[in-house]
Amino acid sequence: MSRTLAEKVWSDHIIHEGEGLPDLLYIDLHLIHEVTSPQAFDGLRAAGRPLRRPDLTVATEDHNIPTFDVDKPIADPVSRIQVETLRENCKEFGVTLFPLGNVEQGIVHVVGPQMGLTQPGMTIVCGDSHTSTHGAFGALAFGIGTSEVEHVMATQALPLKPFKTMAINVEGALPEGVTAKDIILAVIAQIGTSGGQGYVLEYRGSAIKALSMEGRMTVCNMSIEAGARAGMIAPDSTTFDYIKGKPHAPYGKDWESAVSYWETLNTDPDAQFDREITIDASALRPFVTWGTNPGQGLPLDQVVPDPKAVSDPVERAAIENALAYMDLRPGQPLKEITVDTVFLGSCTNGRIEDLRAAAQVIKNRKVADGVRLLVVPGSTRVRIEAEAEGLDQVFLDAGAEWRGAGCSMCLAMNPDKLSPGERSASTSNRNFEGRQGPGGRTHLVSPEVAAATAVRGTLSAPTDLAEV
Amino acid sequence: MDAFTVHTGTAAPLHRSNVDTDQIIPAEYLKRITRHGFEDALFASWRKDPDFVLNRPEYQGVSILVAGPDFGTGSSREHAVWALQDFGFRVVLCSRFADIFRGNSGKGGLLAAVIPQAAIEELWEIVEADPAILITVDLQERKVNAGEFTCNFEVDDYVRWRLLEGLDDIGITLEHSDVISEFEKRRPGFLPSLG
Repeated sequence: MSRTLAEKVWSDHIIHEGEGLPDLLYIDLHLIHEVTSPQAFDGLRAAGRPLRRPDLTVATEDHNIPTFDVDKPIADPVSRIQVETLRENCKEFGVTLFPLGNVEQGIVHVVGPQMGLTQPGMTIVCGDSHTSTHGAFGALAFGIGTSEVEHVMATQALPLKPFKTMAINVEGALPEGVTAKDIILAVIAQIGTSGGQGYVLEYRGSAIKALSMEGRMTVCNMSIEAGARAGMIAPDSTTFDYIKGKPHAPYGKDWESAVSYWETLNTDPDAQFDREITIDASALRPFVTWGTNPGQGLPLDQVVPDPKAVSDPVERAAIENALAYMDLRPGQPLKEITVDTVFLGSCTNGRIEDLRAAAQVIKNRKVADGVRLLVVPGSTRVRIEAEAEGLDQVFLDAGAEWRGAGCSMCLAMNPDKLSPGERSASTSNRNFEGRQGPGGRTHLVSPEVAAATAVRGTLSAPTDLAEV
Repeated sequence: MDAFTVHTGTAAPLHRSNVDTDQIIPAEYLKRITRHGFEDALFASWRKDPDFVLNRPEYQGVSILVAGPDFGTGSSREHAVWALQDFGFRVVLCSRFADIFRGNSGKGGLLAAVIPQAAIEELWEIVEADPAILITVDLQERKVNAGEFTCNFEVDDYVRWRLLEGLDDIGITLEHSDVISEFEKRRPGFLPSLG
């Protein structure tokens, strides 16, 4: 029978199935971090259960850690206790941890791929909704809550109802200056924040094939913003080349066995998706969000929408609320919006290629007066690699702050926050009210748009910059 | 987990769509390592407004939230479910829940019941006309009743069974330990391991 990529990976992991029951799926890799794991470890202890497969579990510190003074004890006592709790739990249950200061430390979704732990055909979970990132490798990867974290710790399995499948066909060549981030923001604007609910998205088509692994991760990362728990891309030579030689990549005979399996991981030509949409990549332009959910986005050369033009009362109220919160008026050109802060980083756009792209735009230019540019590498390895290439100096020369690795201002659990009323252009994934600090206002953008915006102080594309 | 069969209580209308889990509980409150004590964190930002629905005197003591579409989007934080429960909610009614939030609710014993948006709007009117009206949510019958109003709701069969029985999900999976071990023997040798 013809099957989609998601169905193949799913069926290869069924441990047990029964009439009227969810399928019991085996989990190949469990990533954990300090925020969503302490109550799960407590649950194991309370029930007297061991952690079944410490060898398939890996932990890092990312959400609740500072990005400066990382060699000193964490100043916030509540944060310090949470991080220390992770360290104690990992020690007690035998889980490998990459703590602050370790060269492998970083955002959990940057660490897995860079260590070669993320491979095609795997099932990967984490108590974080952006686990969908790993789907870029053809893995079935999705975020789970803390009860499920405990479930996986205890059993290495999860009872799950099969997802429906949706093909997102992105065909054609991206115009110059249009990126993976613009693809996914356009997808979310088209299908909405609930369009993917209950589905695994499979991104397909020539524009997706042409993306690097970093770009594919950016696309899959934001599947959750379209309501889908997981997004996937069929592995190909780009994928295999990226994995080869990574610390946990198979080698020798194992490499050959792995590749011959990985090559079967694609949707059969006559397989049926439950839903299909098509996007013309050649018509895309740099995209930016204007509202308070990631579906409220438009090409950067457009104007703020008018709620009066919308007939659906729920939708109209949502736009009115968003404009009031964002302090924007209908008809205002998006390029006239001024920002206070630009955040470059996160599991969406904190990888080396993202930093290179932004550095190329900002090189020999200066951050606008009154604008703060915060550059936060996705992992310590990304930071080291960037420094070896001199990217840190490019950012510092422009007037940016160069920080240690972590989630940082993407969710503002650490000291990197917007103040009330402050506005950011951010390469992260969520523009929810207060996401980057209480009262803060967020516009989601690509690294290239972030860099250009930092230079001009208003939402801008690189093509808006004067020659240097 | 405590069993859930029938719940009767008063309700609060939440006239908002796309209520993301950052609104339900801002990240600042996720620094805590406990499983309880999040009642102060629920809708922390909106509760600073004295006119916010949960601050109004007529909606004190509510246990049912009647929410606009796409409730619980965004972050996977199960703290969102815990904060709702700690505040006193047993049921959220909505026309569309985000997947992860709905899953987390089922695990924690909060009933996320799906009814059409038209029924949500009817309930908003009923509750606003009489905030003291008692609403009954019957999981056995999958029905919501409020005075003359009655409506069937949708909930996943497996979640319903577990809630009705108050079953421990992990315990159910552990009954399959043998087949899990068998499966592990068949896993390809090239898969990564930290061991």
